[in-house]
Amino acid sequence: MKFGQPSTLPRWAQLTVLPLLNLIAALAITALVVWAIGEDPWECMKLLVGGAFGYGEGIGYTLFYTTGYIFTGLAVAAAFHAGLFNIGGEGQVYIAGLGVTLACYAFDGILPAPILIPITLIASMAFGAAWAYLPGYLQAKRGSHVVVTTIMFNYIAAALMGYLFNRVLMEKGGTNTATREFAQAAWMPSFQHMGSWFGLELPNTPLNASLFIALICCVLFWKVVWHSKWGFELRTTGTNEHAAKYAGISVSKVVIVAMCFSGALAGLAAVNEVLGSTHRMNMTFTNGIGFVGIAVALMGRNHPVGIVLSALLFGALTQGGLDLSLDKPNITREMIIFIQGLIILFCGALENLFEPFIAPLFKRKS
Amino acid sequence: MDLLFSILESTIRAATPLMLAALAGLFSERSGVVDISLEGKILFAAFASASAAYVSGSPWVGMLAGMGVAVMLAMVHGFVSVTYNGNQLISGMAINIIASGLTPVLGLAWFQQGGNTPQLESEMRFREIHWPGEEMMQNVPVLGQFYNHILSGHSIIVYMTIVIIPVVTWFIYRSRFGLRVRAVGENPHAADTAGVSVAKIRYTALFWGGLLCGLAGTYLSVYQTGSFIREMSAGKGFLALAALIFGKWRPVPAVIGCLLFAFFDAIQIRLEGVALPIVGEVPSQFIQVIPYVLTVLLMAGFVGRATAPKAIGVPFVKSR
Repeated sequence: MKFGQPSTLPRWAQLTVLPLLNLIAALAITALVVWAIGEDPWECMKLLVGGAFGYGEGIGYTLFYTTGYIFTGLAVAAAFHAGLFNIGGEGQVYIAGLGVTLACYAFDGILPAPILIPITLIASMAFGAAWAYLPGYLQAKRGSHVVVTTIMFNYIAAALMGYLFNRVLMEKGGTNTATREFAQAAWMPSFQHMGSWFGLELPNTPLNASLFIALICCVLFWKVVWHSKWGFELRTTGTNEHAAKYAGISVSKVVIVAMCFSGALAGLAAVNEVLGSTHRMNMTFTNGIGFVGIAVALMGRNHPVGIVLSALLFGALTQGGLDLSLDKPNITREMIIFIQGLIILFCGALENLFEPFIAPLFKRKS
Repeated sequence: MDLLFSILESTIRAATPLMLAALAGLFSERSGVVDISLEGKILFAAFASASAAYVSGSPWVGMLAGMGVAVMLAMVHGFVSVTYNGNQLISGMAINIIASGLTPVLGLAWFQQGGNTPQLESEMRFREIHWPGEEMMQNVPVLGQFYNHILSGHSIIVYMTIVIIPVVTWFIYRSRFGLRVRAVGENPHAADTAGVSVAKIRYTALFWGGLLCGLAGTYLSVYQTGSFIREMSAGKGFLALAALIFGKWRPVPAVIGCLLFAFFDAIQIRLEGVALPIVGEVPSQFIQVIPYVLTVLLMAGFVGRATAPKAIGVPFVKSR
């Protein structure tokens, strides 16, 4: 068996059959673990799917989680196209939350929603991009590996925010480590609210207009990465840095801008959480969303369509998993983290593992 | 003086798992395999050793289980990095996430204590070894405190680590295997031409790294806290990685890096809420963050260039 060789499968099979097989492998191992701890995998699967899609509220929560994952998934993919592995999504989302909070603290009493919300969007992107800029700069100019620096930046962000929460941001007299609630003008309109404009009665979930922003980002991402000069430079740098340099592309500029692009996308996830759901920033709002983005991008093969689908998968896993953990006290929500890890392993590190097994099927046909 | 010695004592305690993990990373990275999965291996080993020690009643069985599990994870990493030529960073990340997800799931299912393991009875865990004559030394100034706090009163794993450090240094620089590890990490094609099996050396290096991570995890759960607590590795694997970079992939400087980081940790706990002259009260987060900031500065070449092994992270494909 030969691994690590260029793929011989048709493109559509590479994009559909292999990820599907990887997903099945990950779920099979999960089923083994479920079975080993004395639960029925099939029953759990039904509960999980039912929890994610079986009722209105479940669907709302699934799509709410999906929205965040689309942002962080796109962020990881943006860096990937330049050959960079941005593990710093978590820190970038965290710092972007600070940007949103500062914008709200400054303007939420004065400005109306149509002006305030764009300002918070820009603030989130600017803060996310700024936090990704330094690792990008250091990679481009100093050759320090972006993976290690972004890991360090996650810890630095956590310490910085820990300090700010304790000393500056925490609401006076509040019991949680959270900021004060923002004025209503800063709330992202929820689906329930938007539904009432059209006379629809939708369940009360945190699902909000950020979903539309996420989908717009997908289209823009596709446009920028595949249909712009800069996107071409980005992908060339990612494919072959030396060739890119030889072709006159400024690799260091591409690297820095790609990291900022990535950080800005990650930053938007903070808007979904902070302005869409809690309407205040609390200490643990990121909750691993940056790491899920890695799995989403790998599973979606760094393409917006794939990312939307895999973000939906992970959104469903998160929501269904929470429901499942309520029904089955033996299965905690960490099971979902475990599944994420398996999917990252199979879809990212072992992406073509099953190719040698299915390649003969395709050869016979052609 | 008392304060100084108690800070040094906590430094040794906090540095032990870091040093073991940093040496584990050294084996792997010197052979050319990036290992950001130290964190996951420590965490899973801590869980396995605490579980096994609880079930068997022996800390030694726990240690074996911890090492076994960490080696298994190292072999998964080896399969991806060496056999399959996959992305080593993604593999490492996946192992970390798998460990942080699976340990509480298994913990809850087996012990029903919210994902932690039950507190180990005193015969199930490693205890502090008190050297003879501690009481006598109590009254001797300085030397007595040195004897009681620094030399005596640690777990067996601390003493093992003190032996392991020179052994690993010798292994890497003086042994045949160490020479091959370094050769494979710097120039696998040359090593291959010279008849060295790159795959075999890398798997072996990962194996030793797994054993050391297992020991680090055992130290946390079977000695330090006496039970497994979720996420108890708390970034130690990444801190060890930072120390490894800090030490420029050399064993003794890496160990010194670990001691330095552990020292920051020890003084940070002491400084909590204490007002210092001139600067006033230093927020604990500022001290916590020092190792990470140092690593970034070091990697950026501001403190001195950290040169990684040349073939690090690059899958080896035999040339024709």
